[in-house]
Amino acid sequence: MPATYEPISTQTVSGTSTSTVTFSSVPQTYTDLVLVSAITQSADVASYLRFNSDTGTNYSRTRLVGTGSSATSARGTNDVGIEFYFGTLTNLGNTIWQINNYSNTTTYKTALGRINNTFDWLGASVGLWRSTAAISTVSYTVSSGYIVAGSTLTLYGIKAA
Amino acid sequence: MLILAGVGAGPSGDYQSIATTTVGSGGSSTVTFDNISGTYKHLQVRYIARNSGTGDNFIAMKWIFNSDATAVYSNHYIYGNGAATGSAATTSASSAGGDGMLGMIKDNAAGYTNMYAAGVLDILDYANTNKYKTCRLLWGEDLNGSGRVALQSANWQKTTAINRIDFSCATGDFMQYSQFALYGIKG
Repeated sequence: MPATYEPISTQTVSGTSTSTVTFSSVPQTYTDLVLVSAITQSADVASYLRFNSDTGTNYSRTRLVGTGSSATSARGTNDVGIEFYFGTLTNLGNTIWQINNYSNTTTYKTALGRINNTFDWLGASVGLWRSTAAISTVSYTVSSGYIVAGSTLTLYGIKAA
Repeated sequence: MLILAGVGAGPSGDYQSIATTTVGSGGSSTVTFDNISGTYKHLQVRYIARNSGTGDNFIAMKWIFNSDATAVYSNHYIYGNGAATGSAATTSASSAGGDGMLGMIKDNAAGYTNMYAAGVLDILDYANTNKYKTCRLLWGEDLNGSGRVALQSANWQKTTAINRIDFSCATGDFMQYSQFALYGIKG
């Protein structure tokens, strides 16, 4: 019997020149994807989750953030990616994104994230990619600077009966 | 739509797919997992869903355990809608997702074609017969200009082992392509 929840690929960043980590040729044999990351960025800039190398303004997101003293919510529309981290992230951030039903070709794709900046805040985010295409590539990109060496991203697949 | 979760042998491993249902054309008022085996430690339901209404509203998605629709559920939640945050609680609700703000999914109003809510629901220690059952839900739906994301907990004040889950909408049906997948996690 095949495993139901299994790792597809893990990438560990090295050097000081990686601004994008990409999982390409994602198998279409699962039902959902889960992206688990532990990342440090070189700069406090926005970073994005993108699908199928689409850099168009086809993304949006709604988020909820708690800082320890207040809770806020914000929205992004017609973005160039689903904003992944926001604000200070020269400290370690860890995130789990749930990408349900990624391979269907009839609905837009919704991704659910639980995002923690271990020193400053925690949050939840929902992102939308306005495309009915099956997701075959998942990438994480920083808008400037680089992803610090030792950062890891693992993509898992979950297969429903 | 009724799925008999206990039918057939599951795959190997500690995280196992129990049953999945995808809503067909015409929609469905309920999605049910029945005959859930008690051999796991926890359950997880992963879904995408959309409601059939056209009023441009978020609609509560409800679920009940073991066909129990009495007022023995409670819940707490915190949400963000892109502009503000909120938090509230419901007690003595007749379903874990009842009374509005919880487990919500958008209806099929114009302009939202192909947009589905997503959620991951964890039901912890579901087969234990000595304590009430607690679950947690992360759900969200973004509509490129509106949306909600929320964290929720819910409680079913029964010590009975859970062997059935019914999902429904407060009004309307689940639309075509809504999908619910039930998984069991070994302890």
